[in-house]
Amino acid sequence: MDKVYDLIILGAGPAGITAAVYAARKRMDFIVITLDIGGQTSWSGDIENYTGYQFITGSDLTQKFQEHMDAFGIKANMPENVKEIKKEGRLIKTITEKQAYLSKTLVVATGKRPRLLGVAGEKEFKNKGVTYCATCDGPIFKDKDVAIIGGGNSGLEAGLQMAKISPKVYIIEMGSHLTGDAVMVEKLEKASNVEIYNNTSVKKIYGDDFVKGIELERGSKVFNLDVEGVFVEAGLFPNSEFADILDKNEKQEIIIDCYNKTNIEGVFAAGDVTNVPEKQIIIACGEGSKASLAAFKHLSKLKS
Amino acid sequence: MEIKVYSTPTCPYCKMAKEYLSSKGISFQDIDVSSDKSALEEMVRVSKQMGVPVIVIDGEVIVGFDKNRIDSLLQA
Repeated sequence: MDKVYDLIILGAGPAGITAAVYAARKRMDFIVITLDIGGQTSWSGDIENYTGYQFITGSDLTQKFQEHMDAFGIKANMPENVKEIKKEGRLIKTITEKQAYLSKTLVVATGKRPRLLGVAGEKEFKNKGVTYCATCDGPIFKDKDVAIIGGGNSGLEAGLQMAKISPKVYIIEMGSHLTGDAVMVEKLEKASNVEIYNNTSVKKIYGDDFVKGIELERGSKVFNLDVEGVFVEAGLFPNSEFADILDKNEKQEIIIDCYNKTNIEGVFAAGDVTNVPEKQIIIACGEGSKASLAAFKHLSKLKS
Repeated sequence: MEIKVYSTPTCPYCKMAKEYLSSKGISFQDIDVSSDKSALEEMVRVSKQMGVPVIVIDGEVIVGFDKNRIDSLLQA
């Protein structure tokens, strides 16, 4: 605990990894604490908007990120879950499930995780038909009827993936229309085995040992669909619970300024966990580099 | 010691789990459940669930990339 790092980076998605690469190049004395490498990128399907790669899969891009870290000899403390951060005089204390660390600066880049539906049966049937990672678990539901909950881009991507291998794919959207990219909506509307339910919400997931179906509500009508797989793609929630000392917006995103500064001196944040407009891999990378450089400048100021 | 890893090619935690075992110089049977239906049924039967990865070390079943449990079973 006596050791004081220049910088601690929380998270190793695109923002955290880029922050780490910049920190390594500045020869800062730092560590990375994370649950995984790649974060949401690692379970993204096909990526076609990351400059320099016209096409790359999430898992391949994560591999590239990992290689970039390895080239600088950056090791992450993983898997390690952060419980709390607090001010300790002029330093910042990071408390994890394993130990406590002290640093002069901190970059929070803990990203987002899938939002839960909060309906009956969801917890009970997790991994028993209910999945939050279509990319990972999709192939397991080959030849089975499935429902995708959510009509945004990740839901549509899951829908297209499953339409190739499942006899019947239902897409359930609470709003009046699918909100994902038009290119994907058109493909799904053309697919003969896809049925889209707008203005529809999930009331319940039921089954015995495994999922057998879902109960839906559309207007005043309640009805059931027989499915064995339920893919929850209902948006994302920021991993910011441990950061009580930081100001957050109504979505629980950490509020930063254009220099990635939070309300606490020496604490910076980057990527999807923040209120930065637009959540994209390429934006998270840029934000990670900005936060790392801001931390470096802050350290120089402390020394002078 | 008999080790099986049930996985899909697209699952990042499967990849991490396999790399972790390899980094320790441990050999294992790599089973792709996306292309082998009977292996998938076997995985669901032994783990009573449908998420990947499932790691079986001498009959003990681990669901997910649980590093601590892998370590303790490898030491046993």
